[in-house]
Amino acid sequence: MTTAAAATAAPDGALPGPGRTHGRALRTLVRNPMGVAGGILLLIVVLAGVLAPLLAPGPPTEVHFSTPFQQPATVGFPLGTDDLGRDILSRVLYGTRASLEVGVLSVLLAVVAGVPLGLLAGYWRWLDALVSRLADLMLAFPFLILAVGLAAINGGGLGNAAIALGIANVPAMIRVVRAETLRLAEADFVLAAHAMDAGPLRVLGRHILPNALSAIIVQATLVMPAAVLGEAVLSFLGLGIQPPDPSLGIMLSDAQNYLLRTPWPGVFPGLAIALICLGFNLFGDALRDALDPRTSGSGERS
Amino acid sequence: MARHLLHRLWQSALTLVLASIVVFAGIRALPGDPATAMAGEEADPATIQAVRARLGLDQPLPVQYLKFAGRALTGDLGVSTRTGTPVGELIRATLPVTVQLAVYAMAVAVLAGTTAGVLAAVFRGRWPEWAANALSLTALSVPTFWLGILAVLYLSVHLGWFPASGYVSPFDHPVRGLYYLTLPALILGLTHSAVLQRQTRASMTGTLSADFVRTARAKGLGGTAVVFRYGLRNSLIVVVTVVGLQLGGLIGGAVVTERIFTLPGIGKLTLDSVFTRDYPVVQAVVLVITASYIVINLLVDVLYTVIDPRIRVSGRSR
Repeated sequence: MTTAAAATAAPDGALPGPGRTHGRALRTLVRNPMGVAGGILLLIVVLAGVLAPLLAPGPPTEVHFSTPFQQPATVGFPLGTDDLGRDILSRVLYGTRASLEVGVLSVLLAVVAGVPLGLLAGYWRWLDALVSRLADLMLAFPFLILAVGLAAINGGGLGNAAIALGIANVPAMIRVVRAETLRLAEADFVLAAHAMDAGPLRVLGRHILPNALSAIIVQATLVMPAAVLGEAVLSFLGLGIQPPDPSLGIMLSDAQNYLLRTPWPGVFPGLAIALICLGFNLFGDALRDALDPRTSGSGERS
Repeated sequence: MARHLLHRLWQSALTLVLASIVVFAGIRALPGDPATAMAGEEADPATIQAVRARLGLDQPLPVQYLKFAGRALTGDLGVSTRTGTPVGELIRATLPVTVQLAVYAMAVAVLAGTTAGVLAAVFRGRWPEWAANALSLTALSVPTFWLGILAVLYLSVHLGWFPASGYVSPFDHPVRGLYYLTLPALILGLTHSAVLQRQTRASMTGTLSADFVRTARAKGLGGTAVVFRYGLRNSLIVVVTVVGLQLGGLIGGAVVTERIFTLPGIGKLTLDSVFTRDYPVVQAVVLVITASYIVINLLVDVLYTVIDPRIRVSGRSR
């Protein structure tokens, strides 16, 4: 079972191989219609989030007490208004922006904490015992309970939600990177690098890390939708982003209170969350198939 | 075999102890002094000191932990600082609700997930596979609580098929109890069926193209028999794994579902105690949920060795 990454890696270490592998992966990705659909959806969602201040008809927190519970397609309020007369389109756009911010921050945290720990654990056996126990311990807590607990300790807010979700995703990242490091440490080009007297940091940084990149990217595509959903859940429960800051989760929580009066404020934020996650899941699936021919779309964390 | 089980048992026990230390330390790291909170902000220092001594908070942390652990082992999980109710009582009242919901939801997930997975594997490249994949992708992307809100809106309020909220114990009124739990279990179960569908499909696809299945077909065995006797049986290990992992997650994940349908389960207790800063309850609830998660994972490991003798030798899984 020689993997593509190991096979194409340049043994002399002049230029690690992933460049070529990723070029082929990109072609595979472009040929996958689901992946392209996911990519387009993702592009739209990211643009909507990034350009929220330009696209939104008004500030997301601006209240219009004279016009609460407007139906969608009302003049001035394309998606209607909520109980305080706040424009739902603006709030959905800014909420999407917040979701993406939390998602990106969580992924960064999971990568920054998980990748070095995984590399070290996979490379040095004596550290492995310690780091793997730590990862096991964190995995002993159910994901949501861990996030709720961390959010309870840190308090609410966008940053703290991202920290809680990022930390909750660290152990899985450690495991993935550790497994890749263990596998790559036995590869011929790593042995060759050792023979040429390359130090551990050089071996890890120049030979193992670039080849483990595919696995890291794949794991990151799993963390992203999980973090977006996690943010929505935390905010829905009141432990994430705090009002009046717009969040898709808070909008749903609010909407639940006056669902009988008007269902629309409960429909659009959920749709936005679903589209964000669908984009990441579709694109992530295709990316996984393209980067790692061994698996075929399986193995998500619930 | 016995050694493997003993090893796993020891490992789980160790994880549980470490987890209890983490929970204990985490609660102590929270802002605010419980003694001041109980005595009131204006109480004089002597009173606060007395309360602190009564709660055992004046002792060193390791001593506090050992006392807490010792009491927890005998079933004494402390007393709610808010209501004065023993935490054990609160958990005994709420845990069954969550377990009922989790088991019911898992039944829904297994039924929907394996059926869709088998159909997708058998009808590869035809519309059932597309439908099953579309369904699982949707289930993975749509937030549980949004689906719950929409279901309440349409099925409960609009059509009036299900009660929108509330709980009746199935032990008191079997039919009404199950009826009240049906919508929450459907919602929770459907979102959890996605992973099952994917894993079953992947495993079945592999099995159905294996040599022994080809042999069975060559010997004239019919399609249904091959699918069920050979395919599904060999995919069972995957189903057990995923069910085990998810059942543990379901106990914690029920927080959201319980909130939407206002079910008096352990998830609701967790949230209530977090918001009211009722630390003994938070501590106990997180510990109980984590312990059940660890125990379920242990049981799944044991179940493996029963289903698939090959695993007995190779040891570590998960």
